[in-house]
Amino acid sequence: MKIDKNTINKIARLSRIKLDSKESEDYIKDLNSILDWVEQLNEINTDNVEPLTNISSSVLPKRDDISEDIHSSEEILKNAPEKIEGFFSVPKVVE
Amino acid sequence: MKSKSLKETIKSLEAKKISIKELNDEYIKNIKEKNNLNIFIHFDEQKIIDQVNKLEIDNSNKKLKGIPIAIKDLFCTKDMPTTAASKILENFNPTYESFVTQNLLDDGAVFVGKTNCDEFAMGSANNTSYFGNTINPLSNDDEPLAPGGSSGGSAAAVAADLCLGATGTDTGGSIRQPASFCGVVGIKPTYGLCSRWGITAFASSLDQAGVFTNNVEDASILLESISGFDSRDSTSANVNIPNYSKNLNSDISGKTVGIPNEYSIEGTPEEISQIWEDAIKYIESKGAKIKKISLPHTKYALPTYYIIAPAEASSNLARYDGVKYGFRADEINSLDEMYENTRGKGFGKEVKRRILIGTYVLSAGYYDAYYLKAQKVRKLIANDFNDAFKDCDFIVTPTAPSAAFPLSASQDDPIKMYLNDIFTVPASLAGLPGISIPFGKDKNNLPLGIQILGKHFDEQQVFNAAYCLEKSYE
Amino acid sequence: MNNLIQGQKHEWEMVIGLELHAQVKSNSKLFSSSSTKFGSLPNSQVSLVDAAMPGMLPVINKFCVKQAVKSGIGLNAKINNYSVFDRKNYFYADLPQGYQISQYKYPIVGEGTVTIDFKDGTSKNIRILRLHLEQDAGKSLHDQNPSKTYVDLNRSGVALMEIVSEPDIRSPEEAGMYISKIRSILMYLDTCDGNMQEGSLRADVNISVRKPGNEYGTRSEIKNLNSIKFIKQAINYEAKRQIDILESGGAITQNTMLFNTSTGKTRPMRNKEEAHDYRYFPDPDLLPLEISSKEVEEIKSSIPELPDQLKNKYMNTYNLSNYDASVLTTDKQISDFFDQTINSDLELKESAKIIVNWITSELFFLLNNDNVDISNSPVSPSNLGQLIKLINTNVISGKIAKEVLDEMYKTKSSPIQIVKKKGLKQMTDSSEIEAIIDNVLNENKTMVDQYLSGKDKLLGFFVGQAMKKTKGKANPKILNEILLTKLTKKNQSQ
Repeated sequence: MKIDKNTINKIARLSRIKLDSKESEDYIKDLNSILDWVEQLNEINTDNVEPLTNISSSVLPKRDDISEDIHSSEEILKNAPEKIEGFFSVPKVVE
Repeated sequence: MKSKSLKETIKSLEAKKISIKELNDEYIKNIKEKNNLNIFIHFDEQKIIDQVNKLEIDNSNKKLKGIPIAIKDLFCTKDMPTTAASKILENFNPTYESFVTQNLLDDGAVFVGKTNCDEFAMGSANNTSYFGNTINPLSNDDEPLAPGGSSGGSAAAVAADLCLGATGTDTGGSIRQPASFCGVVGIKPTYGLCSRWGITAFASSLDQAGVFTNNVEDASILLESISGFDSRDSTSANVNIPNYSKNLNSDISGKTVGIPNEYSIEGTPEEISQIWEDAIKYIESKGAKIKKISLPHTKYALPTYYIIAPAEASSNLARYDGVKYGFRADEINSLDEMYENTRGKGFGKEVKRRILIGTYVLSAGYYDAYYLKAQKVRKLIANDFNDAFKDCDFIVTPTAPSAAFPLSASQDDPIKMYLNDIFTVPASLAGLPGISIPFGKDKNNLPLGIQILGKHFDEQQVFNAAYCLEKSYE
Repeated sequence: MNNLIQGQKHEWEMVIGLELHAQVKSNSKLFSSSSTKFGSLPNSQVSLVDAAMPGMLPVINKFCVKQAVKSGIGLNAKINNYSVFDRKNYFYADLPQGYQISQYKYPIVGEGTVTIDFKDGTSKNIRILRLHLEQDAGKSLHDQNPSKTYVDLNRSGVALMEIVSEPDIRSPEEAGMYISKIRSILMYLDTCDGNMQEGSLRADVNISVRKPGNEYGTRSEIKNLNSIKFIKQAINYEAKRQIDILESGGAITQNTMLFNTSTGKTRPMRNKEEAHDYRYFPDPDLLPLEISSKEVEEIKSSIPELPDQLKNKYMNTYNLSNYDASVLTTDKQISDFFDQTINSDLELKESAKIIVNWITSELFFLLNNDNVDISNSPVSPSNLGQLIKLINTNVISGKIAKEVLDEMYKTKSSPIQIVKKKGLKQMTDSSEIEAIIDNVLNENKTMVDQYLSGKDKLLGFFVGQAMKKTKGKANPKILNEILLTKLTKKNQSQ
C-alpha cells in the first residue's frame, strides 16, 4: 500500500484541504487503487525518451515591456470575500 | 417555423423570415419548459432580452447575429456569473470576457445562459457538479440518463433544443463523450487553436475549447468564430484559420483512413464494434482507402492522463484559496485554517481526489516515478500518432465505450469512471483535433458516436470526413 | 586573510552562501503588463494575471529576459540557450496563484564569478552558481489591524533575478563586499536599481560554522534581509549562536530564521516548520525559453563598461590607487559624477586624487546628512570642478573651500560667485601678509622669545593668529614662508 494515513495527511496538508476521517479513509482506498493502476506504465522502457511538457511546437512568445494599469483596485477587489481599506484581508499571520 | 440548423436559421434571419426576438423567445420558452433537466447553472431571461434588444437595433453585419448559444460555465463571462460548477466559485462575477466568448459576442451571438458541467470539468457524467446532475434529454421518464461529461450541460442544451450551438471544453474527452451520449456533434480542435484566456483551467497542457451543434456544418461555422491567435495565451497557435464551412466537402475519395488495432478493446459492447464497422464500410464505399494502423501505446494513455491532468490541476486549483474571490469558510482562526476549511468545503469529492493524487505525484521522491514517467509515455503516445499519420489522412474510432448510462449507475469506483475516456484521451494527450458525430443507436435506441481524429491543425479534413459520414443517415 | 573567530573552546570558520533577489529594472511585470512603480496605492498596479483570476495566463516580458542575460554576462556567467519556467507550489496570503513561477532545473544563467577587492590590495573570487528569473510575491502587512493581515498585490508578479552564490564567503565583511559588488554590477548594467531600502535588492543568507578544514556544518537560512548592515549583524549573531550550541555539545538543526532588526537577534520562523515540498514542475502555461547565441552576442556587444573595467581604467589613466578607484566604482552614480567633474575642465586632468577626496569626504558628508543621492547633488560636477580649480590656482585655501562648498550645497551657486560675493578670495599680496605677521609678532613678544629659545611648536600658534586676522584668507603657503623668514631673521639678529 503506497498511501497510508500519514501520507494522506501529508498530501492533504500540502494541498491545504481539510479531510474528515471518513474522507481520509475513502481517499486512501481510491488513491491506492489509482496508483496501483498507473503502475502499468512501468511496463514501458522510457530510458531515452524526452518528456513531453507541451504539445505546442512553437517558440515562447514574448511581449514588449509596456506598462499599463488598466484595472482599478475596486475591480481587482470586487469579488474578494473580505477587503479592508483597499487591501485583501485574511486572518492575522504570525511569522 | 424555426429550424434546428444554425446555418438555416442564419438564412431565415437574414431573409427576415423570423426576427431575432421571435427566434430567441422560442428558445427562452424551450429552456423554461426543460427546466427539470438542470442544464443551466445560470439562466436569466431578462439578460437574453437585453442582448436581443441591442441586436435588433444593430445594423452591422455579424456572422452569428441573434443566434442563441449556450456557454459552458467554465468560460469567464462579464455579464453572467462563472462558477466552474463549484461551490468554491459561488458568486464569482468575472470582470472580463474569455477570448472564446468575446469572439462569439463580436459575431453577434446571444448567450442564453451558462451550462452545467462537472466541477472544474473533472468528470465524465456531469455528476460532480455542485449544482446537481444534468439529465440527458434523451432519457425516458422512468430512467434518467447521464449526459456525459464534463461538458454535459452544453451537449444536453443542444440536444434538447435550448440553443443552436454551445461551447465546451475538452481535456480528455469532455466534448466528444457528451456529444456521443446526447446524440449531437462535438468538436475538440487542435490544442492551441482557441485561446485558453478566460477559461477556468483544469489541466493547462490539455485543455481545449470547442463546440457542440446539431450538425457538422454548424460546428464548422461556430469553430471559425471561436478560433484564432491570442497573444495573451503563450500556447495559442499563430495559424491562419481556414474558412471551414466554405471549404466543407464530403468527398473523401482517395483519402486514406487509419483504423487503429488497439481500439478494439476486450469487453467493448458488440453494438459499439458494430457501428465502428458500419462507419468504416460506409467510408470505404465513398472511395476512401482503409488502412489498419497501430498506435502501440494506446493502453497506456489513460494512466498517463490520470497522472498528468491531476498534477496540473493540483497546481491550477491552488488559486482557489478564499482570498481573492469565491467562497471562504466561516470557522477560521488562522490563515491555514482558512485555507483548509475553504478548500475542504469548497471543493467536491472528485476535485479533491484529483488534487490529492496530483499533489502526490508531484511531491518529493515521486516526481520521477509518476509525473516524469507519464510525460515520457505521453511523448511515445504522441509519436504513435505522428507515425500513423504518415500513412493516413484521418483516423476513425468509436467515441465512447458505451451509450449514455443511467444516472443511478454507481460511479464510486474512480477507475471504472475514468474508463469512459478510453477512446478520447489518447488524442487529447497528442493535442490532435477530434470530432464526435452521432452514428447509429444501441439496443435501447440511444445514440452512439463515431470519433474522427486528424493531424494537427487539419480540422478541415476532420470536418470533411465527418460531413461525409453524416450524410450516411440523411 | 584570516577570518577565523574564536569561540570558548575552538577557533571556528563561517561558511556563507547568499541568495540575492534583485528586482529587474523594467516598466512592466515579468508575466503581465502592470506597472512596477514603487509606492503606489495598494492594489492599484494589479492585473487580472497578477491577482490570479480564473483563466488568466502568463506572457513573458521580452525586456526582463534581456535584463537577465545582461546581468549574467556582467557576472561572467554562462548564458543558457535553453531554460524552463517551473511552478514552485506553496500557499501564502500574498501568493495569489498558489505557486510562484520560477526556474528550477534549467535556469537562464549558469555558473559565473565576481571579484571582491580588499583594502589591502588583495582580492577574492566568489563563485556564482546560477541566476534565474522568477516572480515576486505581493506584500503582507501584519501590523495594520489586531486580527487581520492585509494583502497588497502591487508587487505580485514583478520580475526578480535570484542570484545564488556558492558557499565561498567566509565573513560578514566579505558578504557585505559581495553584495556591494553585485549591486554595483547590476546598477552599471542598469538591470536593477539597487535600492535596498525599497526592497529592490534583498538577501537570504545561508550560514554554517565549522572547525577549519572540516566538512561543512549544518546551515541555517536567514530570510529576507534588506540592508548590508543588517546582513552583517545577522551573520555575526547567527554564527555566535551556532558556535555556542556546538561548543556546549549541541547540534544545529537546519532552520529558516528571521532577523529582528531592533533586537539584533535571529529566531526560527513560526510558520515554516513543516518540511517544504514545493512540487516544482514545468509551467504548462509557458513554453521553454530559447535564446540563440546570436542574441546573446548582440546583448554582449551592447553592454556598458563594468565596474572592474572602469576601476582599471581609473588606475591606469588617473593613477588612482586600487582603493580610491574601487570606491568610485561601487556605484555608477559616483563614477558618473567623478567623470563629469574631471571632464568639466581640461585643467582638472591631473587633479583626480583631489577630486576623489572632495567627493568621498566633503561632498559625501553633506549628502549623507540629508540622505540625498549623489545624482541629485545640489553641487553640480562642473561646480565642484571649478571649486577645485580655485584651490589649485591658489585663489582660495582648502579651508575656505570647505566653507564655499557648504554654501554651494545650500544655494546651488557657482563657487566663483560665492567667493566674489563673500570676498573670500585668498590674500596673496606679500606686503599685506607681511604687515599682518609683523603685527602678530609684535603683539606676542613673549611667545616669540620662547620660540627663539627653542619652542618650535609655537610656529603653529603664529600661523593661527595671522590666519585669524585675515579671516582665513591668507594664502597659507605664502604666510608660512614669510613667517619663517621673519623668525629666522630675528634669530640671526639675536
